[in-house]
Amino acid sequence: MLAYPIWSGLAVQVPSGTGSTSIFDPAGTPAHSIFSLSLLVLSITGAIFLVVGGLLTYVLLRYRHRASDANAMQEPPQIYGSNQIELSWTVIPILIVVMLFLATARIILATQNAPKPASALDVTVIGHQFWWEFRYPRLGIVTANELHIPVSDPKNPTPTYLTMSSADTNHSFWIPRLAGKMDVIPNRVNTMWIDPESPGLYLGQCAQYCGTQHALMLLRVYADTPAQFAAWIAHQQQSAANDPGVAEGRSVFQHTACISCHTVAGTVASGRFGPDLTHLASRDTIASGSVPLTPANLRAFVDNPAQFKPGCLMPAMHLNDHDLDAVTAYLMTLK
Amino acid sequence: MATQAPVSVTVAQTAPRRLVLDVLHDWVTTVDHKKIGLMYIGYALIFLVIAGFEALLMRIQLAIPNNHFVSPQIFNQLFTMHGTTMVFFVGMPILFGFGNYLIPLMIGARDMAFPRLNAFSFWISAFGGLLLYFSYFGASGLYGAGSAPDVGWWAYAPLTARVFSPGHSSDYWTLSILLGGVGTIGTSLNIVATAISMRCPGMTLNRMPLLVWLYTVMSCLVFVTISPLTAAQIMLMLDRYLGSHFFDTQAGGSAVLWMHFFWIFGHPEVYVLVLPAFAFANEIIPVFSRKAIFGYPAMVAASVGIGFISLSVWAHHMFTIGMTAGANTFFVLATMAISVPTGIKIFNWLATLWGGKIHFTASMMFAIGFLFQFLIAGLTGIMLSVAPFDWQLSGSYFVVAHFHYVLVGAILFMIFSAFYYWYPKMSGRMLSEKMGKWHFWLFLIGFHLTFDFMHIPGLEGMPRRIYTYEADRGWMMWNMIVSSGAIFQAIATLLFVYNMIWSYFKGPEAGPDPWDAWTLEWSTTSPPPVYNFAVTPTVESRRPLWDLKHPDDPDSHYE
Repeated sequence: MLAYPIWSGLAVQVPSGTGSTSIFDPAGTPAHSIFSLSLLVLSITGAIFLVVGGLLTYVLLRYRHRASDANAMQEPPQIYGSNQIELSWTVIPILIVVMLFLATARIILATQNAPKPASALDVTVIGHQFWWEFRYPRLGIVTANELHIPVSDPKNPTPTYLTMSSADTNHSFWIPRLAGKMDVIPNRVNTMWIDPESPGLYLGQCAQYCGTQHALMLLRVYADTPAQFAAWIAHQQQSAANDPGVAEGRSVFQHTACISCHTVAGTVASGRFGPDLTHLASRDTIASGSVPLTPANLRAFVDNPAQFKPGCLMPAMHLNDHDLDAVTAYLMTLK
Repeated sequence: MATQAPVSVTVAQTAPRRLVLDVLHDWVTTVDHKKIGLMYIGYALIFLVIAGFEALLMRIQLAIPNNHFVSPQIFNQLFTMHGTTMVFFVGMPILFGFGNYLIPLMIGARDMAFPRLNAFSFWISAFGGLLLYFSYFGASGLYGAGSAPDVGWWAYAPLTARVFSPGHSSDYWTLSILLGGVGTIGTSLNIVATAISMRCPGMTLNRMPLLVWLYTVMSCLVFVTISPLTAAQIMLMLDRYLGSHFFDTQAGGSAVLWMHFFWIFGHPEVYVLVLPAFAFANEIIPVFSRKAIFGYPAMVAASVGIGFISLSVWAHHMFTIGMTAGANTFFVLATMAISVPTGIKIFNWLATLWGGKIHFTASMMFAIGFLFQFLIAGLTGIMLSVAPFDWQLSGSYFVVAHFHYVLVGAILFMIFSAFYYWYPKMSGRMLSEKMGKWHFWLFLIGFHLTFDFMHIPGLEGMPRRIYTYEADRGWMMWNMIVSSGAIFQAIATLLFVYNMIWSYFKGPEAGPDPWDAWTLEWSTTSPPPVYNFAVTPTVESRRPLWDLKHPDDPDSHYE
C-alpha cells in the first residue's frame, strides 16, 4: 500500500520553478489580472473575517454564563430587535458587494473581450480521453500533449489563441500560472488566450472529470523564445524521418493495429483516434505527460499502456520481445 | 398570557413485552410523524457512516502521491458514491427526519397534514438509497462493465451516455435520484401543508417558530428545484433507452443543457440543506443564550430572500464553460447579492448572543462551531463568486474545501448540535455531556486539519477527482495533513454513535423540558405520546413556554 516513502515528499516544497502550478505565481496577463483581483478579494474577506470573528469571540467571552454571579439564576434582559442596527448591517454589506462587483466586472470584460492582435498564433485544442491534441491550422502542424507557443513580449504581444473542443467527454484546459481554466466541451467551441511572459515549461492538467484516467491527463506548455519557436516549427513541418536502419520496426508498426489509431505523416499510418506520432521522439514525455520518454518507458508502454495509465484507451499490444524492440527502435527515430 | 399548562401524560409502564415481529410491523406500517422522523434519521445515519467510510478510503489513497491503495476505477466510484450518498441519502433525509419529528410538535399539532403521504415519501426515498447501493451487485449487466456509478455526483453528460457508460451503473444512479426526488417532493408538500393548515389556536404566521418558517421556505425551494432534476433524469433515461439525443453529444445533443438542468437544481439544493441548519441554530442559540432571537421578522425576510435569490445563481457553477461576458457578469452579481441576507442572519445570531448568558453545553458548542465555520465558508464563497478568481479555483481542491466547509463545518455541526438538543425529547434520556464535549473537540480538530488545509493544494493547482497526483507539485504535505484529519473525524463520529447507544440505556432521565426552553415541543413528555398533546395548546406569542414561566413579563407584550 505504501509504495512510496511517506516523508520523502515533504522536502519537495516547490513554491516556484518548473514543478509549480500555483495560481499565486502568475506568468501571463490573464493570470496576473486574476492574481491582483484575488488580492483585493482576499483583503476584503480577510477584513470581514477579523471584524465579525473578533466580535463573535468577544461576545462568547464577555457574555458567558458564570455560576458565581449574584444574579446567575435570573434571565438576562430580553431584546427583540432594533431597526436602526439591522438597517446598518444590511446597507454596509450591500456597499461592499457593489464595490466588489464592479472590480470583478472590469476584469471579466478585460479578459473575455480583449481584442485579438493580428500577430496572435492560432492553435486548435481537442480534448480526448485521456490526452490532448494540438493542431496549428495555419502552420500545418499536429502534435499531442506538449504545446509549444512563443513567449509574448508586452511591447510586441504575440498571444496564443486557443480554439477548443472535445472529441468525447468534457475536459478542462488549465495552466494555473498562465490563465484560468476553460472547459473543453464536445459539440461546443470555446476560446481562450495565453501569453507567457518568460520562456520555460508551464505545467497543468485536465481539470474536469473526463473518465477513468482523468488524473493522468497532464498538460505541458513550452514557452519558446522566437528563435526556438521558429526552429521548432521548421522541424515539426518536416515529414517523418525514414531511417532504413529500422525498416523492420516500421514494418511491424504498419502491420499491426497501431496504424488504426496513430498517424505518422508520409506513411500508411493515418489513424486519428490516438496521438499523432510523426515527431514522437521530439517530445519529452509519453502517456500525456505522465512518463519521461525513454526507450525503456516507451517499450513498456507499447507492451501494456495500463501499467502507466490504467484505464487508458490504448489496448495492450502484447507483441513478442523481438517485435517490441523493433517497434521501439522505430518510434525512437521519429524525431 | 398562555392558557395551556404543560400536559403530563401517564404512559402505561407495565405493557407486556411484544414480539420482534410485532415491533417491526409497527414501524413498517406506521404513519406517525415521530416514528417516520426517527426512521429518516436512522436511515440517514447508516448512510452517513457508509459514505464517511468511502471518504476515508479516498483520503488514504491521496495521502501520498502515486499511491496504489485503490485503482482509478474504484476511486472514481468512491467519489461518485460519496457525493451522491451524502447529498441525497444523508443530508436531505436527516434534515427531513428532524423536520418530520419537530414541526407538528412545535406548532401544537398531532401529526403532519398527510400522514400516509409521509410514510410513502419515506419508503420511496429509502428504496432509492438501496437501489443506489444495489448497483454494486446488479449494475454489471451483460457487459461486465463497472459496477457502481463512476460519473461523479453531477453525472455530467456525455459521460452518462451509453457509449461512455456501458452496463447499468448510470441507470441505477438515475433511478435512485428519481425515486429520492419523488420522496423529497412528497415530504416537502407535507411540510408546507402542515405549516399552513395545522397550527394550533393563536399561532399566527407571525408567531410560528423560526424552525417551521425555514422548513417551509426550504420546502418551497424543493418544489422548484427537484422538478428540473427529475425531468433531466427522465431525459437521460430516454437518451439511454429510447434513442433520444438530449445530452448525446455524438448525435448533436448538448452537454451544456445537462449542466443547466443539474445546477438549477444543484445550487438551490445547497440552500435546501443549509436552511434546516439555520433553522436549528434559530432555536438552539436563543435557548443557550437565554434570550429571544434578535430580529425575528428580519430572520424570516432573510430566509425568504435567500430562497428567491438562490434560484438565480446556478450558473456560477459554470463560469468555466465559456459563457459570454454578459452572462458571467449577471451570475457574479446574483451570487454576491445572496451574501447580504446571509450576512443579516449571522449578525442577528451575534446580536442574540450579545447581552445573554451563554451556556456552553455540547449542543451550544457545536452551534458556535457552526457560526465560525459558516462565516469562513461564506467568505470563501464570496471568493468563488468573483468569476475570474473562479476560473482558477473552479474544479480545484479549493472548491472541494469550500463546499465541505458548508456541508460539514456548517450543516453537519448544526446537525450534531440538534442531536444533543433534541435527543432527550426523542428518547427521554440525556446524551452524555462529557462524551459530547470529547466528540466536539475531536471533531473540531479533525475538521480543521482536513478542510482548512484542503484549500491550499487547490490554490497550488490541484484539480479535484484525481485518484493520484504528481510528486513534484508540492501538494503532498497538504494532502498528508488533510488525510490525517479524517482519522480524528472518524473517531469522533464513532464516539457519537456510541454515546447515542449508551445514553439510550444508561443516560439520565430527561423529563419534559431539560433545557428550560420555550417552544411547544418541550410542553409534552419526553418522548411525546403518539397523540403529542392530550389537549390542543393555545399560544399568544412566539415563545409560549416563556409566557408560562414568566407570567409577569410575557412576550406577547412586546411582539
